[in-house]
Amino acid sequence: MKRLVLMLCLLAAPVFAVEPDEILDDPVLEARVRELSQGLRCPVCQNESIDESHAPVAQELRVVLRERLVAGDTDAQVIDYMVFRYGEYVLLRPNARGANLILWLAAPLMLLMALGVGWVTIRRKSDVATPLSADEEAALEEILKQ
Amino acid sequence: MITELGHFALILAFGIAIVQTVIPMIGAHRNNPNWMGVAEPAAIAQFLLVAYSFGALTWAFVTSDFSLQLVFANSHTDKPMIYKISGVWGNHEGSMLLWVLILALFGASAAVFGGNLPARLRARVLAVQGAIGVAFFAFILFTSNPFLRLAVPPLNGRDLNPLLQDPGLAFHPPFLYLGYVGLSMAFSFAVAALIEGKVDAAWARWVRPWTLAAWVFLTIGIALGSWWAYYELGWGGFWFWDPVENASFMPWLIAAALLHSAIVVEKREALKSWSVLLAILAFGFSLLGAFIVRSGVLTSVHAFATDPARGILILIILAVFLGGALTLFAARASALESKGVFSAVSRESALVLNNVLLAVSCFVVFIGTIWPLVAEMLFGRTLSVGPPFFEAAFTPFMVALAVVLPVGSILAWKRGNLSRAIKPMVPWSILAIALGALAYAIQTERTALGPIGVILGVWVVGGSVADLWMRSGRGSIKARLGRITRLPRADWGKAFAHMGMGVTIFGIAAMMAWEIEDIRVAEVGDRWDVGQFSFSLDDVRQVEGPNYVTTMADMDVWRGDRQLGSLSPEKRFYPVAKMPTTEADIRNGILRDIYVVIGDPQVNGGYAVRVYVKPFANWIWGGAILMALGGFVSLSDRRLRIGAAAAKPKQMVAAE
Repeated sequence: MKRLVLMLCLLAAPVFAVEPDEILDDPVLEARVRELSQGLRCPVCQNESIDESHAPVAQELRVVLRERLVAGDTDAQVIDYMVFRYGEYVLLRPNARGANLILWLAAPLMLLMALGVGWVTIRRKSDVATPLSADEEAALEEILKQ
Repeated sequence: MITELGHFALILAFGIAIVQTVIPMIGAHRNNPNWMGVAEPAAIAQFLLVAYSFGALTWAFVTSDFSLQLVFANSHTDKPMIYKISGVWGNHEGSMLLWVLILALFGASAAVFGGNLPARLRARVLAVQGAIGVAFFAFILFTSNPFLRLAVPPLNGRDLNPLLQDPGLAFHPPFLYLGYVGLSMAFSFAVAALIEGKVDAAWARWVRPWTLAAWVFLTIGIALGSWWAYYELGWGGFWFWDPVENASFMPWLIAAALLHSAIVVEKREALKSWSVLLAILAFGFSLLGAFIVRSGVLTSVHAFATDPARGILILIILAVFLGGALTLFAARASALESKGVFSAVSRESALVLNNVLLAVSCFVVFIGTIWPLVAEMLFGRTLSVGPPFFEAAFTPFMVALAVVLPVGSILAWKRGNLSRAIKPMVPWSILAIALGALAYAIQTERTALGPIGVILGVWVVGGSVADLWMRSGRGSIKARLGRITRLPRADWGKAFAHMGMGVTIFGIAAMMAWEIEDIRVAEVGDRWDVGQFSFSLDDVRQVEGPNYVTTMADMDVWRGDRQLGSLSPEKRFYPVAKMPTTEADIRNGILRDIYVVIGDPQVNGGYAVRVYVKPFANWIWGGAILMALGGFVSLSDRRLRIGAAAAKPKQMVAAE
């Protein structure tokens, strides 16, 4: 069903994601482009990176991305440029600033909490398990003597 | 006429579901056997009526009755028969009917096979199941009626979305729904147990097979969807961390946790209230999934019926059932006293760790899925949470799970010995690290992902082998092999499912690390190299299919001078729906898939051609099949076939 919505993006002229004529001659630079474009969201599509998207605007973004990198931008600069133009919506990997800290820290905090609860549960269970009462010790002693 | 009867049967089923909810619940409260006895015939009648209703809708699709609005919008006379049938659930209304059909099927199964359940528990389980039915019948009849007629029947329909005209996707929804809705059984058992205030080994022995069955179906459903994405979307992606995929993954993770915690309840009478909570949450996540798919609040590539009114109704259903069950849980959980005790190093503790990892990983998926919504509502930030986040935040949990799995599954119950559990794993750890190092040495990429996948895969699969071998006792190899074949099926199921997990982890890591991609313009007659293979484009033809036209390329794949085979990728166009689809051609192999896609003709001649070499791609779904197989094998265990709840709860000899 992915394509269903995708088609709304372009309707008339279906084109491929990365077209052969977009690809840069420099393989190192091209690899960087691919890496970056997989982390940028196509602004008009539903949840697709510009690397996978067939929409014309995604293609424009891919071309712009390549132009900036050829011009000598660093990865951080080109990302800032994209965020400046299209907002943080285009970042598929949300930054860890402001309220987004909740998102990034939720998992580690929850894990610590869960491990804590799990450990307490296990300890409580094993506390009951280990020691024998004095009577039981005595009873055991009796049995062992016989 | 058949259609009207189907509509009428659905309304009647709605009425029966109300009776099934109210009468047995009161009967169980007053201990009135006659009132409780209403539950079983009601559940069976409800199922028969919904089955008739579903059959009537299917008949309308099969005979292309375009006086039905739904058939007109989703079918066409030229469509192959299998897709006429799958078209029944390839839309919002029909899929909801499938949902209630499966819900009623589970209710009726509990009524038929639940003969040895305590009468009051059975009445309450069926009443809760009936209540879920009431909610969804109301939803269908008031907002999503599949039986609406058109005043003037058109000559032909608008056809089913071409992407859904695919064998993988034809069976993807039924399996997913069997999974989602199957978890309603665990929910009903949990709520019934909370009302009773009693959870014992017999309860767990009842809940576990239902959960296991649901989990197996969910596994198959998710794997089918992922496989479909792999071969249909034209570049071989298999998981996108899309909200709707996450919606199916969250109940899967919780159900997996519940499967493991229910073992502790069954064998050791511990973790009771936690298991009940998991059972509630598992179905809660199923309902949340239904809400996400059908409300359109989260932008997803799967958007199904994006109707806010329907979304709100599902949200109300979600709030009532989840809220009600959790309130009941808060009030009654303390009554569920756990008896079993265990030391810090034991199988129980290992399963607690398993549950911690699975539950928190589910929480990660959950927060990543809803964060865009929360950030927009509370902080006014429009942002996206995509695959890079999930890969960073979720993967560590699966790695940790894979690391502890083999040792945890070998540890003894109650009081284990860590060094004794690690000892049989020493040779496997050496083998795993050696193979990982080998993979690192021979790979051309400088990535740690592939070797780590190899290490974890060998470690987990080896752990299952070691576990089976240890279970065989002592003696000659022949005697031990003989004993292995006679092990209970539950043990074999466990081994298969764990091996499947290892195989899938390896497949995902290997494919992501070592994939080769080649995009180029090729003219007819060209030949070029990709990795150790070479490809030639021999011809491009126009071909006509039953309800589409297609551009088909003839390609050959070579290794050196030896021809490995021919491939014919297609680019189809469906005129009725005015939609193009990409039909990649894939040469499946155990070691690698060769994946070719034909694109558009280029201005200066030639075609855009994409070739991928995807190592170990099939291992991803092979592992999923192993997991599902493990579930089925475990389900066929003698202990479950022969009167589960009739057996008395085990005497806790050890806990005196």
